[in-house]
Amino acid sequence: MKPEELAEGIARFIAERTGDTAARVAGLRRLTGGASRELWSLDATWDGETRALVLRRDPPGREGDSSERGLEFALLRTAGEAGVPVPAVHWSCDDPNVLDSPFFLMDRVDGETIPRRLLRDDAYAGAREVMTGQLGAILARIHTIDPDHPELARLHAAGQEQGGISPREEVGRIAVGIRSLALEPHPVLELAERWLLERAPEDSRRSVVHGDYRVGNVIFGEEGVRAILDWELAHVGDPIEDLGWLCTKSWRFGGPGAVGGIGSREELVRAYEKAGGVPVDPETLAWWEACGNFKVALVWISQSRVFLDGRVPSVELASLGRRTAEPEAELLRILEESA
Amino acid sequence: MNDRPSAEELLAVVERFLREDVVPALEGPRRFHARVAANVLSIVAREVARGDADLSDEWQGLAALLERNPAPPADLPGAVREANEELLRRIRGGEADAGPFREALLAHLRRVVDAKLAVSLGTSR
Repeated sequence: MKPEELAEGIARFIAERTGDTAARVAGLRRLTGGASRELWSLDATWDGETRALVLRRDPPGREGDSSERGLEFALLRTAGEAGVPVPAVHWSCDDPNVLDSPFFLMDRVDGETIPRRLLRDDAYAGAREVMTGQLGAILARIHTIDPDHPELARLHAAGQEQGGISPREEVGRIAVGIRSLALEPHPVLELAERWLLERAPEDSRRSVVHGDYRVGNVIFGEEGVRAILDWELAHVGDPIEDLGWLCTKSWRFGGPGAVGGIGSREELVRAYEKAGGVPVDPETLAWWEACGNFKVALVWISQSRVFLDGRVPSVELASLGRRTAEPEAELLRILEESA
Repeated sequence: MNDRPSAEELLAVVERFLREDVVPALEGPRRFHARVAANVLSIVAREVARGDADLSDEWQGLAALLERNPAPPADLPGAVREANEELLRRIRGGEADAGPFREALLAHLRRVVDAKLAVSLGTSR
């Protein structure tokens, strides 16, 4: 489907949903990011009003579960209802005959998403001051979402593939991934797996966990957080997982603060607890941060395999293989300090 | 013997070209990828400059840990891989859970990881 045909398809779909037969679409362009899911920016006009929208679509022809798109849509809606800043969603469509593959439409939130800009640009000095607190308070709201909300029933299935059901199972899932994908032996990761299993928090609370909560998945402006994006790894699990992942060193981009390079763990935890989050045990947080490094190692290994297997000849994917040493160094520091 | 410029000199000039001429001329994702490409050339340059020293050091460390003959084997990369696999088996068997073997192993892995970072990030410690 060419972009012009896609634009016509979207306009027809909006006309059908709104009853405005004059609905039209302009300025359709592909946004970067999201290799497994397409993102398109567009301006749609219906009922005499023009709205800035984003289309989220599975790449056509992809083998997959079309219900995933519906789940992401439901998550954005329930998160919005819980007071989480997210793009407002309009419509979701599972029928692959409409635009060649399942999709949904949401509002386009203007702003910046590049973490290095947040860390270095003068324009974001104010944002750097407030965002750690905002991220903590928003996370507390995310964790108030009812995991048994009828629209989120598929989250429980998602947990088994994407987040494990318990901390121990999450470690096991990551370890299996590393063993099947790593092309070299990684003694540090083997030691880390044993350390994590030995100290795994026992039966933890069950919350809706965002699953990829880090500065790179936030739209921000000079005033701070505007929207939380990328809900595709959401699952049901221990809420502290999101705090640990946010503090993982790979998302600091050279900044001094544990939280995205800009703030401290203490500030994050204070804001989280003050906004109604569960009390955070520092040892559990440290465990999830260690587990975050373990997962980052898997992410770099699996991304570089996409290059090494000849699937995508991308210089960025190629470079990620050499980044595996960074989470290894962090895990080694943790092992050394706990000796 | 190849003529000058050396591999290092060639890598350095291409990296400079990417950083000073190509990156500023591009925008968006291509600018980002050009910067990544320049970083990749820095990695290669640091790896070339360090030669076989890191691999030899890793072998010496592994031989000491596993009580092997430290003489450099003919197939150094193959021997390092095989010794690392032996290390994984010992870790899985619980031999590195505590005691002097764990201490020696952590010290060895610290040297190996620092050497990897010295190539990938240009850090030294």
